[in-house]
Amino acid sequence: MAGGAIRFHYDVSGSEFSLAGTASADVKAQLKKMGVPSDAIRRAAIALYEGEINLVIHAGGGAIDVDMAPGVINMAITDEGPGIPDIDLAMSEGYSSASDEVRNLGFGAGMGLPNMKKYTDSFDIQSQVGKGTSITMSVRY
Amino acid sequence: MKISEVANWLGAEILTPDTDCEREVFTACGSDMMSDVLAYVKDQALLLTGLNNPQVIRTADRMDMICVVFVRGKRPEQPMLDMASNMGISVLATDKTMFHACGILYGAGLREYRG
Ligand SMILES: Nc1ncnc2c1ncn2[C@@H]1O[C@H](COP(=O)(O)OP(=O)(O)O)[C@@H](O)[C@H]1O
Ligand SMILES: [Mg+2]
Repeated sequence: MAGGAIRFHYDVSGSEFSLAGTASADVKAQLKKMGVPSDAIRRAAIALYEGEINLVIHAGGGAIDVDMAPGVINMAITDEGPGIPDIDLAMSEGYSSASDEVRNLGFGAGMGLPNMKKYTDSFDIQSQVGKGTSITMSVRY
Repeated sequence: MKISEVANWLGAEILTPDTDCEREVFTACGSDMMSDVLAYVKDQALLLTGLNNPQVIRTADRMDMICVVFVRGKRPEQPMLDMASNMGISVLATDKTMFHACGILYGAGLREYRG
């Protein structure tokens, strides 16, 4: 497999909260098999997990694509959900539009997007209301 | 402190007997908010929680934690325990409250990680 990029694709269902996190678990297992350093695995897995949770609680589902090149894990999280009206606000620590129901499940502290930015080496978010949201991020090692 | 010793201190039952409970833990945190665990916790080995859903196990796994203690008599169902076992996470259950369980482990020498 030397030289070629390695890609993974996951469809994330928007209806099953209990299944959120299966994609980041699989990515973590794959990266481990490839011998990626554990710190990079952890940062990628946490960022993807936060993104997965957001797909389920805010976007009604979406997709995750991971692309491995030597020394870098590139990740894309896309959805066709409601979009984000104010990205600066969404990116600020503690802002959350999550329902009480979501909070009772242990999420909705408004730390997901800031966390994804913190744990990755590059982070970009694009969103259009009514169209959807697209996040690209990468972890280098 | 070994995970088996944590179980002894808390009078907790080990729900994943197939995991290695002779592993050592030095740091712990307690929370029912997985969002906070993901955001603020660094290099803790053990999570105490009163929240009972599969995201607890996934959060612990993504943070590379090796032990989850369910407090207040919460008992995860078998599929969750199987997932934890597959991830190498030891699961304990105690009837003690969060405050009490944290107090005991603090007294026994476990600390928060300070980076
Ligand atoms: N994929 C998405 N689609 C629509 N809105 C989103 C999406 N991701 C995040 N948001 C918005 O940004 C806010 C902040 O997200 P985040 O930092 O992950 O916190 P939380 O998920 O705890 O609310 C959310 O409450 C939501 O309003
Ligand atoms: Mg979030």
